[in-house]
Amino acid sequence: MDFSLTDEQRMLQDTVERLVQDQYGFEQRHSYMQAEEGFTREMWHQLAELGLLGVPFSEELGGFGGGPVETMLVMEAFGKGLVLEPYVASIVTAGQLIGDSGSDAQKEAILEPLISGELLLAFAHGEPDNRYSDTQVSSRAERSSGGYVLSGHKAVVLHGDSADKLVVSARTGGDTMDADGISLFLIDATAQGVSIQGYPTIDGLHAAEVRLDRVQVGEDALIGQDGKAADLIELTQDRGAFAVCAEAVGAMTVACDLTLDYLKQRKQFGVAIGTFQSVQHRMVEMRMELEQARSATMKAAAKLAGNDVAERRRAVSTAKNQVGRGGRFVSEQSIQLHGGIGMTEEYNLAHYAKRIAMIDNQFGDADAHLDRFSSHMTVPKEL
Amino acid sequence: MDINFTPEEEAFRNDVRAFLNEKLPPALSDKVLNHKHLGKEEFVRWQKILYEKGWAAPGWPEKYGGPGWTPVQKSIFEEETALAGAPPLLPFGLAMVAPVIMNFGSEEQKQQFLPPILSADTWWCQGYSEPGAGSDLASLKTRAERQGDHYIVSGQKTWTTLAQHADWIFCLVRTDPQAKKQEGISFLLIDMNTPGISVRPIITLDGAHEVNEVFLDNVKVPVENLVGEENKGWTYAKFLLGHERSGIAGVGRGKMELRRLKDIASREKKNGRPLIEDPTFRSKVAQIEMELDALEMTDLRVIAAVQHGQAPGPEASMLKIKGTEIRQEIYHLIRQAVGPYALPFQPGALSEAGTDDAVAPDYALTAAATYFNNRKLTIFGGSNEIQKNIVSKMILGL
Repeated sequence: MDFSLTDEQRMLQDTVERLVQDQYGFEQRHSYMQAEEGFTREMWHQLAELGLLGVPFSEELGGFGGGPVETMLVMEAFGKGLVLEPYVASIVTAGQLIGDSGSDAQKEAILEPLISGELLLAFAHGEPDNRYSDTQVSSRAERSSGGYVLSGHKAVVLHGDSADKLVVSARTGGDTMDADGISLFLIDATAQGVSIQGYPTIDGLHAAEVRLDRVQVGEDALIGQDGKAADLIELTQDRGAFAVCAEAVGAMTVACDLTLDYLKQRKQFGVAIGTFQSVQHRMVEMRMELEQARSATMKAAAKLAGNDVAERRRAVSTAKNQVGRGGRFVSEQSIQLHGGIGMTEEYNLAHYAKRIAMIDNQFGDADAHLDRFSSHMTVPKEL
Repeated sequence: MDINFTPEEEAFRNDVRAFLNEKLPPALSDKVLNHKHLGKEEFVRWQKILYEKGWAAPGWPEKYGGPGWTPVQKSIFEEETALAGAPPLLPFGLAMVAPVIMNFGSEEQKQQFLPPILSADTWWCQGYSEPGAGSDLASLKTRAERQGDHYIVSGQKTWTTLAQHADWIFCLVRTDPQAKKQEGISFLLIDMNTPGISVRPIITLDGAHEVNEVFLDNVKVPVENLVGEENKGWTYAKFLLGHERSGIAGVGRGKMELRRLKDIASREKKNGRPLIEDPTFRSKVAQIEMELDALEMTDLRVIAAVQHGQAPGPEASMLKIKGTEIRQEIYHLIRQAVGPYALPFQPGALSEAGTDDAVAPDYALTAAATYFNNRKLTIFGGSNEIQKNIVSKMILGL
C-alpha cells in the first residue's frame, strides 16, 4: 500500500497545477467564459501542447499512457481552478470510449486530431426522461440501406454545442427500459437532421439539447457491436462520474481554504469569527467531508483501473455518493460561513460553491448512486 | 499510488487468520460476536494466548517484547482480530500506561511494570476523569501531598472502566495547587490494594457494570511510583494523545458490526420478506457501508503516512469522530432491524449463562442494550466535541 505518486505523476500534477495557478485566476476565468463556446480554443490548444489531452490514451494511440490516477490528478487540479474546457466531455467520456471501442477507422479519424486539440467530442446519452440511467434509451436507430436512421432527443449534453462529433446512444432493438438493444454511433454535429441548442449552465459550463430528426449515418458510424452498448455506456458514465468526483475534490479543497481564510480575517463583536466554537466545529466538519470525498475518489481510481466490474461499480458509486453529500455540505456551509459575501457573483467562493453543488446533478446524484450501491451490495448468507 | 497490500502484508494477514482459526476459542468469539459481557478471566485468557505467540502488544517495540510490527501490520491485525470476534485488547495497560512508562519512567518502573502488563498478570485502570473534571480534565482536584518518601493522595476519580478488576491505577493528581492548572499535575502509579481506596460501581443505562467511581482517602503512595518529574504529568498525558492512536477509527470493529447488521437484517422479516430486501432499510445499510468504505481509505492514508515516517498527528481526531459516528449508526440500525423485540429487557441474554425464558433470539435481546452502551463512543477518549476543538486548533489554526 502506497499513496505516494510516481515521479511522472508528480510532474503531471505540477504541470496542471502551474497552468491553473498562472492562467486560471478569477478574472482570467471570467474573461474565458465570455467566449461563445464558454471556453477559449487558445486554452484548449495549450492543454494539447502540454500533452494533457492525451493523458488517458495509450502510447500506441498517441497518448500519454495514463490511467485513472492520472485523470484524477488532472481533474483535481482543474477543480481548483474551475476549469471551463470540455475535458470530461471530449477526453474522459467520449474520447476514451472511441479509444477503447472505436473501429480502427474511427480511431484513426478521431484520436489524432482529438489529442492535438483540433477536434472536439461530446457524449450524448442523457434523455429528457432517463435521469441518470445507463440503459433507459428511447432514441431510435432504424436500419436502412447502408446504415441507420437516428431519431430522438438527447438532453443536457455536456459541451454538446462545441463538439464537432457526437457519440450518441440509440436503440437498434428492444424497448426503452431494456439493457439489450442499445447501440452507440459517432455522428457529425453538422449532419443533416441534427439540431443543437446550446446554453450556459449555472456553474459556468456549457451544455446542449441535441435533437436528431431522421439523421442518416453509414454502417461505419456504429461504435462497437450493434445492440450491445450497455456495458460500454455504464463504463463511460462511471468514468465521467469519477472525473467530476476528482474535480469536486479540487473545488472542495479551495472552498474549504477560502472559508478558513475568511474565518481568520472576518471580525465581528471585535474578534475573528473563527474564534467562535460553533463556527470552528462547522469548519472541522467541512474538512472531514473533504477528506472522506478524497478517500472515496482515490479508491474509485484504483477500482476503475482493475478488472472487477462489481468492485468498480461499488467504488464509483461510493465516491459519487460521498461527493454528492459531502460536496453539498461544503458548498452550503462555505456560503453560510461567509455570510452575505458568499452569495455574490463578484466573489470567487460563490463560483466554487455552485460547481461543487451542481456536480451532484451530473453522472448520477447521491441518491442514484446509493441505489446502485445498494443493488450491488454484498450480503453474506450467514455468519 | 497503489491501494493494495503488498504480498508480504497479505501473507501476514493469512498468518493472523490461521492463528485466529487455531487459537481463538469459539466460545469466546461467540460471546464477542453476540455482544455478551466478558468477564476478567476472558480478557486475560485471550491476552495470554496472544502473549505466547508474542502478539500481546501490537504497538510495543521489540525491545520491550512487542512484535515490532509496521503500522500496516498493526492495522491488519486489528481488523482480522475484530472480524474474527476476538475480545478487544484493553488499552489501559498496554496502550496507555505502558508507553508513558517506556518514555518517561525510571529503569526500575520499566522492569517492575512492563513485563506483567505484557503477560496480562496485572490489570490496569485509568484515573483521569473526576466528577468536576471531564472534558476540562486539567481542572482535576485529587490531591497528592508529599510527606517524606510518600505521597498522600485524596480525591475521587470517576468513569473508571473495569476498575473492579484492577490491580493498579494510573492517576493524574494535583501536586502543586498554586501553579496554573496544567502545571501542577503529576502522573502517579497506585496499587489498588493500598488502604484508603474504595471502588463503587456505576451502573450504566444498559444495566451494565463497566465503569466505577474510585475514592482515594489518604492513600499512601511511595514516591518511586511517580512517573517522570513532579508537576509534569500533563505533558505525559498529552503525549498519550499524540501516541499510538492507530485503530482509533475502529474500522475492523465497524466491518464486523456491519456484517452482523446484514446477517440480522437477512433473518428479520418485513412483509414476509427478509428485511435486507426492503428498499428503505437496505439503502440505510448501503449508506453506512459506503461511509465505512471511505473511512477505511482515510484510515489507510493516515496509516501509510505513519509508515512513511510522518507523525499521526491530529488527523487521528477526524478518524475518531467519523469512526464513532459510523459505529453508532450501525448499532442504531441493528436496534431498528429487530423491531419490537428490541424492547424486552432480559439481562441474562447478555451474560454467558444466557436466559432460559428468552422471548427472542440473543441478537434481538442485546440490540437495545448494545445501542445504549455505545453512546459512550462519542463521549470517551476525548468527546467528539473536544476532538473538533483539537482539529480546529491543531490543523486549522483557529
